[in-house]
Amino acid sequence: MINPTELERKLNRILPTVQKPGRYTGGEFNQILKDWDSTPLHTALAFPDIYDLGMSNLGITVLMDILNQQPDMLAERVFSPWSDMEAAMRENGIPLYALESKRPVADFDLIGISLPYETIFTNTLNLLDLAGIPLRSEDRTDADPVVIAGGHATFNPEPMAPFIDAFVIGEGEEAILDVARAVLAWKGSGKPRAALMRSLAAINGIYIPSLYAVDYNPDGTIAGVEPIVPEAPARILKRIVGVLPPPPDKLLVPFIDVTHNRVPIEIMRGCTRGCRFCHAGMINRPVRERPVEEILNSIELLLDSTGYEEVGLLSLSSSDYSQILKLVKGVNQRFAGRHLNISLPSLRIESFSVELMDLLLENSNRGGFTLAPEAATERMRGIINKPVSTQQLLETAADIFSRGWHTIKLYFMIGHPDETLEDVQAIADLCKLVRDEGRKHIGKRAQVNAGVSTFIPKPHTPFQWVPADTTEMIKAKQDLLRRELRGPGLKLNWTAPEETMLEALLSRGDRRLSEVILHAWQHGAKFDAWREHFDIEHWLLACTMSGVDPDFYTHRERGEDEILPWDHIDAGVKKSFLLEDYRMSKSGEIRPDCRSHCYACGILPKFSQLRRENPGPAWACPEIPEKRGHGAG
Amino acid sequence: MPADQITPEKVRYFITFAKEGAMRFGGQLDLQRTFERTLRRAKLPLAYSHGFHPHPKINLGAALPLGIVSLCEIADIWLEQPIAPDKMIAALQAASPEGLRFVEARQAPPKEPALQNLLASAEYQIEWHQEDQPEDLKKRVEQLLSQSSILRERRGKSYDLLPLIEELQVNQRADGQEMLLLKVCLQPGKTGRPDEVLRAMDLDPFLPDITRIKFHYIEKTDVDKGSD
Repeated sequence: MINPTELERKLNRILPTVQKPGRYTGGEFNQILKDWDSTPLHTALAFPDIYDLGMSNLGITVLMDILNQQPDMLAERVFSPWSDMEAAMRENGIPLYALESKRPVADFDLIGISLPYETIFTNTLNLLDLAGIPLRSEDRTDADPVVIAGGHATFNPEPMAPFIDAFVIGEGEEAILDVARAVLAWKGSGKPRAALMRSLAAINGIYIPSLYAVDYNPDGTIAGVEPIVPEAPARILKRIVGVLPPPPDKLLVPFIDVTHNRVPIEIMRGCTRGCRFCHAGMINRPVRERPVEEILNSIELLLDSTGYEEVGLLSLSSSDYSQILKLVKGVNQRFAGRHLNISLPSLRIESFSVELMDLLLENSNRGGFTLAPEAATERMRGIINKPVSTQQLLETAADIFSRGWHTIKLYFMIGHPDETLEDVQAIADLCKLVRDEGRKHIGKRAQVNAGVSTFIPKPHTPFQWVPADTTEMIKAKQDLLRRELRGPGLKLNWTAPEETMLEALLSRGDRRLSEVILHAWQHGAKFDAWREHFDIEHWLLACTMSGVDPDFYTHRERGEDEILPWDHIDAGVKKSFLLEDYRMSKSGEIRPDCRSHCYACGILPKFSQLRRENPGPAWACPEIPEKRGHGAG
Repeated sequence: MPADQITPEKVRYFITFAKEGAMRFGGQLDLQRTFERTLRRAKLPLAYSHGFHPHPKINLGAALPLGIVSLCEIADIWLEQPIAPDKMIAALQAASPEGLRFVEARQAPPKEPALQNLLASAEYQIEWHQEDQPEDLKKRVEQLLSQSSILRERRGKSYDLLPLIEELQVNQRADGQEMLLLKVCLQPGKTGRPDEVLRAMDLDPFLPDITRIKFHYIEKTDVDKGSD
């Protein structure tokens, strides 16, 4: 194996020849480089896309911090090289290396891969290949690293099952240490790899796909998923933390420009809104808030330790953070005069949001104000469970334009199979109404940018049974929008239907899709999330080679009693609740925000002990009285 | 603080620093960004420009081609209050990534023109690892300098590299190995690049370690006091 010094010398020669060489050097401010020989467990955290994106991934940052705080563990970073660097590395015999120590990834004990979305799957295979690690779990020996994965896409782990030794389902803050401890205990124990897998299977929230057998019905649906060893539970309940752990004190500061150059603070996890298309909203329950004081202290600490000039206050729905006004006022008071840029994404469509942004921005940076109405007719709003009235949107728009913003970005979603061309026409009409509202206030400068994505039915949501819209229908809807949304003050962005098809195929796939992913990668698919790299032909060819009919996964309506490929993964929300919500959607019935009333989604009984241990307003779920005999209550 | 509260008593400093390690693979914008953040982490009282989008007053000297180390970069910065140079260096060093090494800070006359306009030329040292050492270095240098012009192309424009080379000689290191010392013009529109000189000698510009070791100025100014 190549040593770090040799590797660095080779690197120094090729780095001046590639784009943005700062992606591949490490050495950023606040980097932690621990001594290799005196640290027993070597872990590498990988984000299988480029540095620019990976460095903006909060999950990696948090897990690095947790692992590096352990005296007997070290954690280093790994990202995918862009194609120019990959070519240079392959040509010069440079294996994939970790940025901190420049050691080959294959030298590490444990590789943790972040899988936030499905279009990162081929990059994951490419990353393992560049590292020289066997792609299939079954081909790895005791000398190979243990490969684990976590992130939103692993709530349906099946398409990647053969390639990953262990999946961490749910939140990783505590689970990562359980896994790392088990790997450390196994390392040097002389026990076979299979023994480690069985001990990992016994950890809550850990799914070892090789310990489960999948049977299929003659029609191709799943007959059953059964564990084959006693340690493996029939269903794997996701891990959550009772309280959001305090953010790290320090953050790496890249010296190149990355996607988000800012201090990211998670103010709240989860969402109570219950939009039926929203994967994140369903899998991240329950809602847990971080206290205002902790957020403010953390911002101060991180601004001082990074020198950043921007803060992102992150959550799935910022307006729903119960102390939002107090938070915004606190930020204002505490950091006045620091020349800060503050972003507060995901705001509700109401005047209060405009007041908040007005407070937050003072005199600076009124670029665009973003709102996500998602649908433009009452009918569609009922189907997707996002009840925002046109009236409310127009009033909010008037506020926005009259307070100094010139541009409103509106996010919509097309492609629900029950959506008609009239519903899509209404999107175009609504955009024009918003623009006209702007013209009343600021004249011709008023601009509406519509971002129209295409609906993808996701696992663990009420729409997990719904077929994806046909490509012809999506094209017809997009044609309509392109026709309608032209002219002054209007701009339209949309997603290519082929990209939507790939995501729809992979997100509700089963184990048989692993062959498709492998073939697609072997035929050149990688960076599928990048328009300049994505080519649906790789995937169509791969489907043919694997004997897989993509329509079976994308366009088939699932039966209500069908065993779904991810049914053994328990996200906390009951399948019966999702089904009830699915039926409500068919009749356009709204299920209101669950902050005011609990609809028994299933989270609370599954995490009742954790809720008892963390009483009070930090959780949005109702309180559970202490059990009898425990005294309190 | 708001721009309207900036006091007129701003103080100007010239800071000499080394750009090495990972930092040498960052471009000029990356350096600018890193410099700003380092100054902020060091809690120096940065002066901001006036206007709707105030930005810190930091001026960095001549851009380095990617991959080249420098021991003599100069930053021209403005602070709200004076601070003792040694304290400034210590604060900056503690707040900087490993590829930025602060050497010296000096208070500078506020009236002096911008740094870029004072530079005349730069000196580079070019060294090879033992196994990469080209054998006929002296001959290549003689051959290059004996030409009547060296036509090169940069960003689609043709130019003559020869008049930009002020000095090019082969020196011997203590261990007997040969290295190049190159002095090239560094003025607006007349910038000689060491990688271009190597290419003109038919040498791989990415093989050796190249270090910018010294600036020369148009006239004797406050900037290069002490470094001579």
